[in-house]
Amino acid sequence: MKIKQIAKALEELNSDAREGFDFEYQIIPGEEEVLQISLQNREEIPVYLTETDTQLLCISYLWDESEIKTESKTDMVEMMLDMNIPMPLSSFSRIGDKYAVFGALSLNSSAEDIAHEIVTLSDNAIDAIDVMSDFLK
Amino acid sequence: MSLMKKIFTAFRGGAREAGEAIVDANSIRILEQEIKDAENHIAKAKQDLTTIMAKEMQSNREIDRLKKQIEEYEGYAVEALNKGDENLAIEIAEKIASIEPELSLQEETKSSFSAHAERLKELVKKTERQLGEHKRQLVMVKTTDSVQKATSAISDNFTNSNSKMMSATDSLQRIKQKQKDFDDKLKAAEMLEEGNSDTSLEAKMKKAGIGEQTSSASSVLDRIKAKKGA
Repeated sequence: MKIKQIAKALEELNSDAREGFDFEYQIIPGEEEVLQISLQNREEIPVYLTETDTQLLCISYLWDESEIKTESKTDMVEMMLDMNIPMPLSSFSRIGDKYAVFGALSLNSSAEDIAHEIVTLSDNAIDAIDVMSDFLK
Repeated sequence: MSLMKKIFTAFRGGAREAGEAIVDANSIRILEQEIKDAENHIAKAKQDLTTIMAKEMQSNREIDRLKKQIEEYEGYAVEALNKGDENLAIEIAEKIASIEPELSLQEETKSSFSAHAERLKELVKKTERQLGEHKRQLVMVKTTDSVQKATSAISDNFTNSNSKMMSATDSLQRIKQKQKDFDDKLKAAEMLEEGNSDTSLEAKMKKAGIGEQTSSASSVLDRIKAKKGA
């Protein structure tokens, strides 16, 4: 499935499959096409979906290096490691200077699975910021 | 050095600046070439294996044929001996003796084919493992590359649309505020709904006969009766 087809398949889902959230879509052009999905009332922290040769990646960016209190960095990284397994479907990562949560899906995933991943990732992103806000400026 | 180690060395080496590729296009090309080479090796080895196995089968058939022939002539020799024809029996024995070296030569050839086939099978297996490893590494490199490109596309998009990426804590606060507004609206709607339903205060009062009453047939009749009586 290409990014556009994924957006179309997600749009055709009923509200239950999106767990009650309205999704808004935007395709970000570039060398690597990215689908931006904004969940209603959570527009500040969108989920980005991108397709690689082997998997679908859903990513939400949390904060960048400059937002971290210098003295808290080790504690923050350790908490991320501690939370990584308990956090459902998502893992922590860092891309360049941005910290992120992400989930990887099979290229054969159904639209329902993708929608579930998006909502769970969004929940996890908000929880992660909430839990770790003490480490942030 | 494994490619994974190279990638992580590059991470530590500060190649993490935005826009700077961790793995240059050249190493992707090299890896892709290695995969192509490995695939070619496997294809060639499999072709060789087919040839060798065919030859092994031919050898087997030849061995069977020679063994059968020897058996046949041994039968004839017994028959000749039974008939007391010693000279014929010797002639037949000479024939058998001439077949036997051919058989042992064929058996040698066969076992050399078998050994060769085993070596080729081993080679194919080893190369396939190597190929799998290269492919896994290529996936890692390409994914690293994709994610970097996606991230820079997202950053560019923010810059181009003149919107500022908010800090995580500000974003969270705004989302929480929106959630609160939403919950408040929901509560207000519930209250409004309640106001329209039978459980409203007015309904309860009316039921209890308190407050302004609407006229009913019986109350009208009572009024008429009262007038009549007056």
